[in-house]
Amino acid sequence: MTYARRAWIVLWKDAVTERRAKATLNALLFFSLLLLFVFQFTLGADRERLVAALPGLLWLGFVLTGLVGLGRSFLVERENDCWDGLVLTPGDKSAIYLGKVAGNVVLMLLVEVILLALFALFFNVDVGRALPALALVLPLGTIGFAAVGTLFAAMTAHVRAREILFPVLLLPVQIPILLGAVKATEAALAGEALGSVGPWLQLLVAADVVYVVAGLLTFDALLEG
Amino acid sequence: MTVDVDHSGSLDCLLSARGLRKAYGRHLVLDGIDLDVRRGEGVALLGANGAGKTTLLRIVATLVRPTSGRVLVAGVEVGRDPEGARRQLGFLGHGSWLYEDLTALENLRFWATLGGHAASMPALHGALGAVDLDRWGGERVRAFSAGMKRRLALARLVLARPRVLLLDEPFTGLDQQGSKWLEEHLQVFKGAGGALVMSTHSFGRSFGVADRAAILADGRLAADVAVAPLGADGVRRLYDLAVEDGA
Repeated sequence: MTYARRAWIVLWKDAVTERRAKATLNALLFFSLLLLFVFQFTLGADRERLVAALPGLLWLGFVLTGLVGLGRSFLVERENDCWDGLVLTPGDKSAIYLGKVAGNVVLMLLVEVILLALFALFFNVDVGRALPALALVLPLGTIGFAAVGTLFAAMTAHVRAREILFPVLLLPVQIPILLGAVKATEAALAGEALGSVGPWLQLLVAADVVYVVAGLLTFDALLEG
Repeated sequence: MTVDVDHSGSLDCLLSARGLRKAYGRHLVLDGIDLDVRRGEGVALLGANGAGKTTLLRIVATLVRPTSGRVLVAGVEVGRDPEGARRQLGFLGHGSWLYEDLTALENLRFWATLGGHAASMPALHGALGAVDLDRWGGERVRAFSAGMKRRLALARLVLARPRVLLLDEPFTGLDQQGSKWLEEHLQVFKGAGGALVMSTHSFGRSFGVADRAAILADGRLAADVAVAPLGADGVRRLYDLAVEDGA
């Protein structure tokens, strides 16, 4: 109970801080719009090409906005030495990690939903019938992405070249997540049953489990430095 | 210089450091520091900038690992059981640990919940009242002055009820009223059996609560003396001598 309360208070703190400051959300939404413009110019009006590329483009958008969002998730802890407070607060530090991951998942899902709506609007694509399947695929992809992203954001928070190091570390580890998520999204947008991409979904779930467990086990040592 | 403190390691001792050394590469910051602080005792850590005061406090607080030596906090060895030591410690460094976009009450609620302390509304309001910020509970910290932030950071310690308090220049940024409140609060803390170590450059206020002055110079403990017999002027002369010797 105490563990859950500690994780919840970290999630609550991050959500309230973000709701008031809107520093990350505003930046991500603006960045998403820019991405859409870039995709629009690149693909032009060729609808067939667009439909084929859409799952990859969607996840490229999610990954790029996720990189920006996750990279900022520990900056607030550096202000006023709050990081020291997290280290010195007695108790299982993995609860802090869990709260941080949950906060990042919520923020990323919010941006992903908006980005999905903008994709549908910009490219005139009907995503309505794919929504039930996407409601499963997006959280699965986002949890794995946020789990390892939060861990690496903590790892690079005190590194001088963190803006470079963070994506360099994160992107290779995201490959299983991206493979599974893009394949499952492709099936969802094509109106196929998710059962047809069962192995990819299994890969996605397995990567989620591995990354979350790895984060829970290593965050304490990471925070202590 | 004369060290007139008994290092017997009695049960009354809440904080004990032995042979603390800290080196960053070739640069030796602390060299063989021994320090004991008993129940109800306050120690002012004095020294020029860069003398190692903050490093010593951060080692005791479990934030920095010493190169060698050991620290016991309420009988718990910091190196072996940092979590156990942290349950006994309250630390206020240069940073306030405050989230600028949360209100004063929200900040207290966050740290109290995370630390497993009482986070009920009466407890939070009580802590705010203790630092005379009860009228500002609903205001965002971003709007606070430096002194108000310092007091709010102290309210966090009021909620945590530590047995050993480590304060890094606690009077910095406080006005007369805030300093007076802090002095009184630290006296109450000591009266209740707590042990206090604070680094300071302020001889005046600090000696109102410090029973001993430990002077660091050149990474070593140049002097560890009782304040009462010497008075603030005597300690200041000793400080000048120690710093000149160390320079």
